[in-house]
Amino acid sequence: MAESELAEEQTTAPRAPGQALLWIDSVVKSFGHHRAVDRLSLEIQAGEFFALLGPSGCGKTTLLRMLAGFETPDEGRILLGGNEIGSVLPHRRPVNMMFQNYALFPHLSVRDNIAFGLKRAGLPRADIETRVAEMVALVRLEGFEKRKPDQLSGGQKQRVALARALARRPQILLLDEPLAALDKKLRENTQIELMELQRRLGTTFIIVTHDQEEAMTMANRIGVMKAGRLEQVATPRELYEAPVSRWIAEFVGDINLFEGAATSRDADCVTVATGGMAIKAVHGGALPAATVSVAIRPEKIRLSPSDRPAQTGSRHPFNQLSGRIVEISYLGGQSIYSVRLDNGAILKSSVANATRAAVDSYSPGQPVIAWFAPEDCVVLAQ
Amino acid sequence: MSARRVFTRPARLAAIAPYLWMLLFFMVPFGFVLKISLSQTAIAQPPYLPLFDLSQGLAAIKDAAAMLSLDNFRLLASDNLYVLSYFRSLVVAVISTSILLVIGYPIAYGMARLPARWQPFAMVLVIIPFWTSFLIRIYAWINILQHDGLLNKMLLALHLVSTPVVWLSTDSAMYLGIVYSYLPFMILPLYATLALMDPALLEAAADLGAPSWRAFWLITFPLSLPGVGAGILLCFIPIVGEFVTPDLLAGSNALMVGQTLWLEFFTNKDWPVASAAAVVLLILLIPPLLLYDRLQRRQLEGGR
Repeated sequence: MAESELAEEQTTAPRAPGQALLWIDSVVKSFGHHRAVDRLSLEIQAGEFFALLGPSGCGKTTLLRMLAGFETPDEGRILLGGNEIGSVLPHRRPVNMMFQNYALFPHLSVRDNIAFGLKRAGLPRADIETRVAEMVALVRLEGFEKRKPDQLSGGQKQRVALARALARRPQILLLDEPLAALDKKLRENTQIELMELQRRLGTTFIIVTHDQEEAMTMANRIGVMKAGRLEQVATPRELYEAPVSRWIAEFVGDINLFEGAATSRDADCVTVATGGMAIKAVHGGALPAATVSVAIRPEKIRLSPSDRPAQTGSRHPFNQLSGRIVEISYLGGQSIYSVRLDNGAILKSSVANATRAAVDSYSPGQPVIAWFAPEDCVVLAQ
Repeated sequence: MSARRVFTRPARLAAIAPYLWMLLFFMVPFGFVLKISLSQTAIAQPPYLPLFDLSQGLAAIKDAAAMLSLDNFRLLASDNLYVLSYFRSLVVAVISTSILLVIGYPIAYGMARLPARWQPFAMVLVIIPFWTSFLIRIYAWINILQHDGLLNKMLLALHLVSTPVVWLSTDSAMYLGIVYSYLPFMILPLYATLALMDPALLEAAADLGAPSWRAFWLITFPLSLPGVGAGILLCFIPIVGEFVTPDLLAGSNALMVGQTLWLEFFTNKDWPVASAAAVVLLILLIPPLLLYDRLQRRQLEGGR
């Protein structure tokens, strides 16, 4: 019985991309009076690498645990390949999870940890051996099969956990902060390995993380969660370049925000009055009535010594704001310049240190002009 | 400034403290018992032939060595009374410890699964009986189990029996008493290991296709074995030497070794035979201790 279940999983042809594999439909989950997940809907396609991103307590882990079956939704449905799985017990779901602290069985060897799920599926002995060997090779742990988890390094444990979760060839692999326990260098390498692995296997990955860089690096699509709801679901590029709210703009990456009132519009450009300055920003749609924020990323702001730079690549005249440099943070590849504008606001500009000479081009107290294109600005409602 | 200085003098003293303790409170008294067990009974004060006196010098010790005899041990082996009481002690200890494990494990498991804020409360409930003297609790059981005691009154009132049942002075009463008094010693080490277990392990087992009963036998139980071992040892060893509970609750037709010892010491005043019986009891208890030690060491090595 169990064997045929797993065999069926294996033979199921991968769904054509574009056809939703997982459909989360208005799911609600409360703990006491706290709504951890609040009428959340989401579709995930087969083969996607999807990241659930959000600050701690936003409900992303609860959502992942509902997909694994450790929590049951109070309301709503979860459909996997068209079948409702909301109340299916975890051990009967074609979904596997890689746990945050790996949850490796301490009394079992690497081999037995990986074989655990295969034995439960009732696979013949020979098949188990082949599959374990395959998984061990996949995560490059040859020679470590007989070790116990305590005899492994953090990175090796992480790979055992990955192999164990993938051994059953799940339709979806859930990853709960899989890299949180690794140090920075190892984390970056592992991110790339995970991406390659996902592309090679074609398995749908859903990763939960609070690290936006990690999500941006690995995922095809990111769902940003806030207080139990999805604030925005988009590709990393859209999320960064076209955030839908001020909260998203501030959560993902660094940003300069100018609050003000939209005063006039000229074709696709609105003018926002903010603290005695006027900033032009490209904005489609109706003129926002109330106060708005103009958002501009630090790397899209260029600096120049008092004279006006040559304009390139914009149909609109550049915004130009004058001020003085107050602080320079040298970060190696780039430097962050804090500029106090004439109206007192602080603007951050990051500049790539393309040449050694460029590093020394500014000093604190020096007057500068910050200039940026209206196309690079995003107008956000408050 | 070598690495040796890491261990300061107080720390080194602390390290030898357990050995000092063993020497003073175990090895020295055991030496006395061993000495008496090799002597002969006598009508004297104390009631055995003095073996040697260090003040008499080397010659006296040589004389004494010639007087040493294993007669007491031969007697133990030849007399059915002793062999049977050793056997009964082991049987009672095995049965009681098994019952304790079967009852104690689910209780400890339940405690470990309680919400964290309830666990200290459950712990207090387990320990609370210790606040009353052990002897008083056994007497309370005598009250409950006697002919017109609480248990019989209840059974009669519920019409489960028509005449009072004889409870007191039976093996059932003794097992009840032993299980009752040793339960905390079984529960506490079990609870300690179960409470430390990462709940994510069971989720991982479920995620990998193990129904909860499977996960229990494949994950929870093997990981709780150190606690099982500690609980068994903490109960088994003192139960083998039990004296009070069998004496007060069981019948007098079969004796445990603790009771035999008591008889030899106080009724027969045969200290050498009683000492020999105590020495044999200790020797009987060494193998299970060594076995436990080996199992635990293997577990530690396996985990490294």
